[in-house]
Amino acid sequence: MALTPLEVEAIQLSLRVAGWAVLISLPLGIAVAWLLARYRFPGRELLNGLVHLPLVLPPVVVGFVLLLLLGRQGPLGAWLDDWFGITLAFTWQGAAVASAVVSFPLMVRAIRLSIEAMDRRLETAARTLGAPPIWVFVTINLPLIAPGVLTGIILAFARCLGEFGATITFVSNIPGETRTLPLALYTYTQVPGGLDGAFRLMVIAIVIAFAALIGSEFLARIVKRRLEG
Amino acid sequence: MLAVQARLTRSEFTLDASFGAEADGVVALFGASGAGKTTLADAIAGLVRPEAGRIALGDRVLFDAEAGINLKPERRRIGYVFQDGRLFPHLSVRRNLLYGLRFAPRDRRYATLERIVTLLGLEALLQRRPGTLSGGERQRVALGRALMAQPELLLMDEPLAALDVPRKAQVIDYIERLRDEIGVPIVFVSHAVDEVARLAGTIVVMAGGRVAAAGPAAEIMARLDLDPLAGIEAAGAVLDATVQSHDAAYGLTELAVPGGILRVPRLRLVPGRRLRVRVRARDVSLATAEPRETSVLNVFRGRVVEIGPRRGASVDVAVDIGARLTARITARSADALGLAPGTEVYALVKSVAVDPASLVQAEQDNP
Repeated sequence: MALTPLEVEAIQLSLRVAGWAVLISLPLGIAVAWLLARYRFPGRELLNGLVHLPLVLPPVVVGFVLLLLLGRQGPLGAWLDDWFGITLAFTWQGAAVASAVVSFPLMVRAIRLSIEAMDRRLETAARTLGAPPIWVFVTINLPLIAPGVLTGIILAFARCLGEFGATITFVSNIPGETRTLPLALYTYTQVPGGLDGAFRLMVIAIVIAFAALIGSEFLARIVKRRLEG
Repeated sequence: MLAVQARLTRSEFTLDASFGAEADGVVALFGASGAGKTTLADAIAGLVRPEAGRIALGDRVLFDAEAGINLKPERRRIGYVFQDGRLFPHLSVRRNLLYGLRFAPRDRRYATLERIVTLLGLEALLQRRPGTLSGGERQRVALGRALMAQPELLLMDEPLAALDVPRKAQVIDYIERLRDEIGVPIVFVSHAVDEVARLAGTIVVMAGGRVAAAGPAAEIMARLDLDPLAGIEAAGAVLDATVQSHDAAYGLTELAVPGGILRVPRLRLVPGRRLRVRVRARDVSLATAEPRETSVLNVFRGRVVEIGPRRGASVDVAVDIGARLTARITARSADALGLAPGTEVYALVKSVAVDPASLVQAEQDNP
């Protein structure tokens, strides 16, 4: 069963959107997780709530908020358009932003747990050996929280692949631009005689999910081995 | 020259300590747990910030509350060996050792990987991960790691506390080697009098967050008021000894000490080797007439220098036999013998009583 050009397009789009979503949210996710795990500051609870909001809001609501903020007429969207010529509404980049926002809490949570579990005394030890904090972060903290970061990436990536509500609300369902795999499957179910196509996409989705699970298990094992020697 | 003066208040604890020490050899911060030893060490390393005071190492000011100087830990060039080792679990022993080297100024490097590895016997461990090491191995690697950062001072916080007795003996040998061969000044935090007696040239006794006494080891160890200060049974004397000969037939070793010969159970050391022996006060008894026909092999003639305050049924008596020796006897005996400063006495030390921990040497000792 060879893939049709439409299917290839949907798969590529889904992977691209999810990949970019994880890529842009990763540095921010580590920074926010670090902030929440290590510092007490005014507004910390507010930040914590804000980060977790997409987890409890219906994705459609998230998509609508994004549309209001980042749409061409929205305050942020207009600004981005004027200054950088970046348009997010109804583009695949917008789909990536929607996925990133929705998966952000999962990523932050996993990373934060691993930061909180880290033995801070190792940082002290590294400092007494002459290492400045940034070097300690790169050579001690990052490797030791790697399993948590990996978990965060996998959870977020999986969430992005399945993203539907926020995406369709924010960037609509445009073939070749924002019609990711779940949207394509949904589209098939809405047209007469589309069940075959939907079925094929379902199989593809399951295969991708399985591959991701096995791949992540493999990676986790490598990381674990590197940490424990 | 290390000069420390630090005041720091915690909810139920106040540290207010100052001491100065020549920065060579080993300075012991000695005292019961809770005396503030670790807090003081942390202040020296820059891990806690005192409210007031000044800390200087040689002509480098590390901390000065008034002048607003507070060097970060990574700028102090003070190596810290923690009780729990704190090796980086994701790095091999080799990379643990090399971790601090890149930050050491090029013109101030005195320890090479090769030398440290040889000195601490780490050849076989280099490729291993910390998770696979024994407690003693871990502490040796921690020692090496701290030294490879080329510190100007090495702090050790109870580095032997987590080890069992044989490993303790082994690691203490290595520390002794570092002291003698690398020459980096060491501040050694400990509550164990044996370790302190064995290693330290200067002792700073801490009690209740304050420095209760400080000075040369022999002087401090012989002080009669050390016990309540340190909160532990510390009284005893440290004698500088040289191995003179072995008595194979009886399994004894004769040590030349000030005031005579001390016979102890056989040591695997070559004649001429110098060591320090700690003689516990409770292992010394006194007689006013020369004891004959006694099972005790070690009899030293001396003079009472000082009689300490009575504690319970006992008093500590300091006797000068050429060096100071402390005897713990009952107050009743002291009165019966009519002891007073100046009284001529014979001090008896049982051979088998000589504190073995203060004598322990590595089995593979090859001078």
